[in-house]
Amino acid sequence: MTVKVKLEERAKDLTFQDLILQLSEFWVKQGCVLQQPYDVEVGAGTMHPETFLRVLGPEPYRVGFVQPSRRPADGRYGENPNRLYKHTQFQVILKPSPEDVQDVYLRSLGALGIDLKKHDIRFEEDNWESPTLGAWGIGWQVLLDGLEITQFTYFQQSGGIDLDPISVELTYGLERICAFLQGVESVYELRWSADKTYGDIRLLEEQQLSEYSFDRSDAASISAEFELHEKQAKELLDGFKTAEGKSRARYPLLAAYDHCLKCSHLFNLMDARGVISTTERAALMARVRTLACRTAASYLQQLGGAETAAGVRA
Amino acid sequence: MKPATQQKPLELLFEIGCEEIPAGMLPKAEEELRGNLEKLLAAEDLSKDVTVETFSAPRRLTAWVRGLPAKQADVELEVTGPPKSVAYDAVGAPTRAALSFAEKQRVPVSSVYLVETAKGEHLAVKQVKVGRTTEQILTAILPRAVHDLSWPRTMTWTGLSGPRFIRPIRWVVAVLDGKPLGLRVAGIAANNSTSGHRFLGSRSIRVRNFLDYEKKLHANGVIIRPARRQEKIGKELEAFAKRGNYRIHEDPGLRRLVIYLNEHPTVIQGEFDPAFLGLPDEILITVMRDHQKYFAVEKKNGELAPQFLAVINSDKDTKGLIRAGHERVLRARFADARFFWEADQKCRLADYLPKLERVTYESRLGSYRDKVERMRDVARWLTEQWFNLGMHQAHVAEADRAAELSKCDLATEMVREFPELQGIVGGLYSRAQGEPDEIANAVYDHYRPVGLDDPIPRNLTGCAVALADKLDSVVGCLAVGITPTGSSDPFALRRASLGIVKIILENKLPLSLSLAVGAAGKALLVHKPKRGVTPDQESKIVDFLLDRARFVFREKEQFAYDEVAAVFRVGADDLVDTQKRLLALRAIRKSKNFEPLAISFKRIRKILEKAGVAPGGDGRVNPELFESPAERELHSGATAAATKVQTLKRGGKYQEALEVIAGLRPVVDRFFDGVMVMADREEVRKNRLALLANLLGEFTTIADFSEIGGEERAGAS
Repeated sequence: MTVKVKLEERAKDLTFQDLILQLSEFWVKQGCVLQQPYDVEVGAGTMHPETFLRVLGPEPYRVGFVQPSRRPADGRYGENPNRLYKHTQFQVILKPSPEDVQDVYLRSLGALGIDLKKHDIRFEEDNWESPTLGAWGIGWQVLLDGLEITQFTYFQQSGGIDLDPISVELTYGLERICAFLQGVESVYELRWSADKTYGDIRLLEEQQLSEYSFDRSDAASISAEFELHEKQAKELLDGFKTAEGKSRARYPLLAAYDHCLKCSHLFNLMDARGVISTTERAALMARVRTLACRTAASYLQQLGGAETAAGVRA
Repeated sequence: MKPATQQKPLELLFEIGCEEIPAGMLPKAEEELRGNLEKLLAAEDLSKDVTVETFSAPRRLTAWVRGLPAKQADVELEVTGPPKSVAYDAVGAPTRAALSFAEKQRVPVSSVYLVETAKGEHLAVKQVKVGRTTEQILTAILPRAVHDLSWPRTMTWTGLSGPRFIRPIRWVVAVLDGKPLGLRVAGIAANNSTSGHRFLGSRSIRVRNFLDYEKKLHANGVIIRPARRQEKIGKELEAFAKRGNYRIHEDPGLRRLVIYLNEHPTVIQGEFDPAFLGLPDEILITVMRDHQKYFAVEKKNGELAPQFLAVINSDKDTKGLIRAGHERVLRARFADARFFWEADQKCRLADYLPKLERVTYESRLGSYRDKVERMRDVARWLTEQWFNLGMHQAHVAEADRAAELSKCDLATEMVREFPELQGIVGGLYSRAQGEPDEIANAVYDHYRPVGLDDPIPRNLTGCAVALADKLDSVVGCLAVGITPTGSSDPFALRRASLGIVKIILENKLPLSLSLAVGAAGKALLVHKPKRGVTPDQESKIVDFLLDRARFVFREKEQFAYDEVAAVFRVGADDLVDTQKRLLALRAIRKSKNFEPLAISFKRIRKILEKAGVAPGGDGRVNPELFESPAERELHSGATAAATKVQTLKRGGKYQEALEVIAGLRPVVDRFFDGVMVMADREEVRKNRLALLANLLGEFTTIADFSEIGGEERAGAS
């Protein structure tokens, strides 16, 4: 029925881990710091402090990292070939955005062995927004023969703050790209390494975490945890207002942000469990956003202080 | 004005090179760029014999301007200075004021003369304003023409102080008769070098003029004229259909979109597993169109074929790689849809009802669960009304059930994934789960009509649910203060109102708008949010609906402004009756008596207004006080006509009734010819005013003729 066409490209031999290695190598050559995934649950690479906080302020920065991203409501007990509780993003931040950023991005596809001339590649309008982070940007989803493979965003705001300069965020959906390259129909059939499949490594996790978030999580405890994390974040953010001098420079805003991330993940868990009522949903999102925006504003102040101090010393 | 010296006209090529501009925005941007250029050129007196054409493709907006003069014409101006009294002294010698005026104007004082102005005689001098060159002017106005384009949401790509546009601008071409213009747009210096297709062309192409540009771009993989791209896509789609004895599932919106999604569109064909055809066509087509921008293909008998046509941004797919990729993506999408379909079928549609509690409609108006309860009340009320009026196809229980099920699909996986299929999915699931056709179709259709040309629900139950939904939205939102302003109408209240009007008119439904608004208001009080609608709010809501009704009658049914005004002035609560009266009025308008009578009625209204008497006023007419035969004649003529008119009106024979009224023209004319209304004797005067007030009151219940023939006013629609 369907015409079977094999990818006559070296790309077809690429395993999931090769993909990560290739992208890492490519972006390191572009001057990126190779960072590690964040160790608090996040719904997207954008929430990693290496994105959310680094895009604030004037300092140029380039970073790339893999970020496993948890979206409890997208879990499918490992039964759907395309949907995952946790998917894997490769995230790149280029600050400021270089003029030839689209070309550089396209070269990264070339580095994966995709012959751009033989495919249908397009940039289709898709503006990105994260209401819980107070962040949004303008850009596209990049389609490779009709498949969304990357979110390409010129960040305009993060934590409610207008960005200056503008960073570009590239988010590669690794499972999709890999499935395209390997020509498999189910994410679980992906070859992760020479002898292990994606299913070998992750299926159990998908099954268990789906079951937890849909059927077994304890809504009351999650809700209580949300309150606790929010409380700690607030207390830390309040304390920053009065911190001065040296203690201001080392004030643990990053810890406040970790609590904010916890709130975001707990919100997602409540959402997946289906226990959020009409008005609660918007209100909870607003509470997380408030924490994120306050963290961003404080972080900028702290950054400004550090720069001034450095200036004085020099 | 001196004519500019005759020279060969100049040609401009102007291109803004961008990162991919959203396809849906390009047609308007193209139009606007042309408009801006025409306006700016006209403001500089450069628009005579000039043609401006604009084109666009995802990475560029292009203007081609022909017939430009080399420079603006010189203009002779008269500059006025101080008044004569200040400019000359007693003996007529120029004062310091005159000398300094001449000096400032750089002319000898001898060439200064006097002119008569509105403020008396003043000094004046002739000056010639030398026209600037077109090159100078273009250098100034081209950046403006780009800057003035309006976009839904702009961005910056460098930082807060940087340029703003829809997407980053990366190059600018500005060539006037082969010569690059020294201008900058968004901080980028223009030159004569453009860029071809991302993968099919060179990125540095020197161009001399538009035709050279068009040709070279073509060689570099870009078809710059949207019309040519449209033609290419059209031809290739037709060729495919012909070859396979298929036809394209027509979709004008998609056809328009793909023109602007591609710089080099090529149609490729793909296939999918026929097993997917077990899913409803609506779902398959939505996945193909909305998510993948593919054209669906039908067999000659109208059934979907397991085929699709994709428009790619490339010139060929020699190895079938692209096709294989698109097929794979579609397979995954269809597999998803099938997964959702099967997951959703695990429970019955009605079981989703409790989940609607978590789907907010509007914070103050509660969840969709609340909305459904209100809709059920209104749908029952509507069908009860109709049934009692003898409409036996009105089924209260079915309308209630359809309303109950109508929003359940909002909680299904399928609609969460494909929000544009709301209603349709509910209808499909209802049918699949054995609900009667009447109910399944009502659920399926209840969002209709979504526009002036969209069909209304196919059955009466569907109309009841659709009306209940829309009435609840309009009444609820307006009651809590959500009012559409300008282009902002997030709850689509204008569209809902339009839908209400359309459903009532097309189905000729007997329905009082004010009672319907009352019923929806009552539901808001009985159910959550348990909030009352004040009589003042109710009448404002009815006005909102009437405003849409006026719009429909004028724009869709082409009634004249004054006809609509005349009929609405006497009430439009029953839209079907209103429509009948409008038709009667339009028919009678052409008769010879009508317009003159309308003028007389207008005169009567003015007289009454001046005298402070309300039409149909309480004054009794006393025939004893009549002084002239013309009065008596009008009175008896009107009395006789009134009886006839009332009978005809009761029978709905509005045109005949209007004919009877128009027949009053001779007696009305004779009255005005022979009778002074404002007589000196008070009782006579009052009696005459009462006669006129009765006349106006009696004969303006179908339409108020005093509105007829008024000047066309700009209507608030």
